[in-house]
Amino acid sequence: MQDSTDIISEVTSGDYKYGFVTNIDTEVIAKGLDENTVRIISAKKNEPEWMLEFRLKAYRHWLTLEMPTWPHLTIPKIDYQDIIYYAAPKKKEGPKSLDDVDPELLKTFDKLGIPLHEREHLAGVSGMAVDAVMDSVSVKTTFKENLAEKGIIFSSFSEAVHNHPDLVQKYLGSVVSYRDNFFAALNSAVFSDGSFVFIPKGVRCPMELSTYFRINTANTGQFERTLIVAEDDAYVSYLEGCTAPMRDENQLHAAIVEIIALERAEVKYSTVQNWYPGDKDGKGGIYNFVTKRGLCKGDFSKISWTQVETGSAITWKYPSCILAGDNSVGEFYSVAVTNNYQQADTGTKMVHLGRNTKSTIVSKGISAGHSQNSYRGLVKVSPRAENARNHSQCDSLLLSDHCGAHTFPYADVQNETAVIEHEATTSKINEDQIFYCNQRGISTEEAVGLIVNGYAREVMNKLPMEFAVEAQKLLSISLEGSVG
Amino acid sequence: MLQIKNLHANINGKEILKGINLTVKPGEIHAIMGPNGSGKSTLASVLVGNPAFEVTEGEILFNGKDIFDLSPEDRSREGMFLSFQYPVEIPGVSMVNFMRAALNEHRKYNGLEPVSASDFLKLMREKRAVVEMDNKLSSRSVNEGFSGGEKKRNEIFQMAMLNPKLAILDETDSGLDIDALRIVANGVNQLKTPENAAIVITHYQRLLEYIKPDVVHVLYKGRIVKTAGPELALELEEKGYDWIKKEMGDE
Repeated sequence: MQDSTDIISEVTSGDYKYGFVTNIDTEVIAKGLDENTVRIISAKKNEPEWMLEFRLKAYRHWLTLEMPTWPHLTIPKIDYQDIIYYAAPKKKEGPKSLDDVDPELLKTFDKLGIPLHEREHLAGVSGMAVDAVMDSVSVKTTFKENLAEKGIIFSSFSEAVHNHPDLVQKYLGSVVSYRDNFFAALNSAVFSDGSFVFIPKGVRCPMELSTYFRINTANTGQFERTLIVAEDDAYVSYLEGCTAPMRDENQLHAAIVEIIALERAEVKYSTVQNWYPGDKDGKGGIYNFVTKRGLCKGDFSKISWTQVETGSAITWKYPSCILAGDNSVGEFYSVAVTNNYQQADTGTKMVHLGRNTKSTIVSKGISAGHSQNSYRGLVKVSPRAENARNHSQCDSLLLSDHCGAHTFPYADVQNETAVIEHEATTSKINEDQIFYCNQRGISTEEAVGLIVNGYAREVMNKLPMEFAVEAQKLLSISLEGSVG
Repeated sequence: MLQIKNLHANINGKEILKGINLTVKPGEIHAIMGPNGSGKSTLASVLVGNPAFEVTEGEILFNGKDIFDLSPEDRSREGMFLSFQYPVEIPGVSMVNFMRAALNEHRKYNGLEPVSASDFLKLMREKRAVVEMDNKLSSRSVNEGFSGGEKKRNEIFQMAMLNPKLAILDETDSGLDIDALRIVANGVNQLKTPENAAIVITHYQRLLEYIKPDVVHVLYKGRIVKTAGPELALELEEKGYDWIKKEMGDE
């Protein structure tokens, strides 16, 4: 990615560099949530009847639910009537080329280091296609045409509803039902955009696909959905990035990601989550309550989650794999950093249903300041899942005396041929290591960055090259001022 | 280059150094010998600013600068290098990343641009040869899984990379077999110039057969009690430290 150096310089030059606000004419609907809100959102998007029905069912179900209280999180009461559920940069009829996108928006994504200009020489060779989402709508999807030549569909969710209703209807909610949990129901009712990816049989997606989520408008919640379908023998690597302006009040982000992998298909999903984490005293920041799940439906399919979580005031997120196909493989690699007053309760679920299924969990928690960082994971082996294998490794690194690291591993094994391994370590950053670096001329801040990146290397290595460098810098930045 | 005047230092409230005076000039190699617990390693630690030690009195000038005004990293950037007695392992941090970070910090301090990737790898290759380390070094994590000898060679390799004005070798010979000792000593000798200096801290005379000191000091109970030429090391080897203790009226 050509612009990666820009991102790096942006990321390295200070604290939270993405905290700016774009001044753009934005269409917002009134605060509050009722059935009418759901209808307004659906009407704004000109949705077919079945989509509205889906939303309404979800909304009615949501009304019956309570916010979960089991996470190791202290969540201030959220007033769901005090949130704006739809905010869209004003625009002409759906942008078709770059010329139609508001220059102010282009500038914004430029500033974020997200290239919305397609570069000819990158097309079809390597590089990255981007779907850029601002508040509730997709602003622009790049390289759509090049990808379409291979039969790949990469578009905003709204467009997919119109252009590929059969596919969306077939798969939407098939992995994460609106009945799954409180936030999944909420998202299913009010989701406004997101990305849709379809890789047809036998196709290897020639470039990284990515969605960049940006919250801009104050008091707005972002509720997006991502749906990725990989048919037999298909392959795709997908990246997700997110940032938001610095604000004193908290903002809600409740997303759903669904992945379906058919026979021998492979999907790699990588996230660098950098939502505004709040200030040093814990004021402001994003509440990130996300349901991500992949279904290894076909035999020999594989879904791999890699996440680097540095942002958000509160994170509640468990990217999971349902290993339904025989010989399917699920992987979860995570680095979660919390600093100041951030809280994270994150981990994964590996549900072994098929025979000879394998899962790997590597979780590296890093806590600093007054933060609380929890790993929560479930490994479940169903009665018919012969020869299931799981290896879990959960490490915690503490950088201060005031932070907390917690591990909640659950195992539910109903087949005695299963082999489940769990390793866990907790350690404190070593002052001798820091002094050793100091003696070689490396400042304490940089030493912490080096040591932490070393500690997280196993996970960082799983990231696509384009992301790895950025993520490394991000780790160091997130911990600035946390030691010494 | 280095002037230590009346240096007193504590660890955990206990006075270890009780008035050290020492002057090192460019081109010189000083050996500091002494029985266990005499304060040799403390002296090395205080010089490079290890925060575990508290300086209660005295002055240290390095190239005319009062080093108590300098952070440990700035002392390094000013050209002070410690070969640690117990080098620390840093899992997951490759030698390439570690050395590049260190070198670039030194360059920045001196107003230079970061080193280019190709120049850096060339330098790694060249300096690796000084201590006969193979090319796997670059991809290995800092000291992780290194044998005792490899760790010490890695210290001298880093010294070669950073090209310090003053190298302090703290018991670099401890735990080395004769081959490793020869390699390490060879490395140090190759790095010797008329402009730089070294302080070699050792318990035994063995290392000094390879690295020839200009001056030998004996540190005992936190003070330098004897200073002489290289012949002092031989005398100590022959007679042990007891005669020093006796001279000091301790036994």
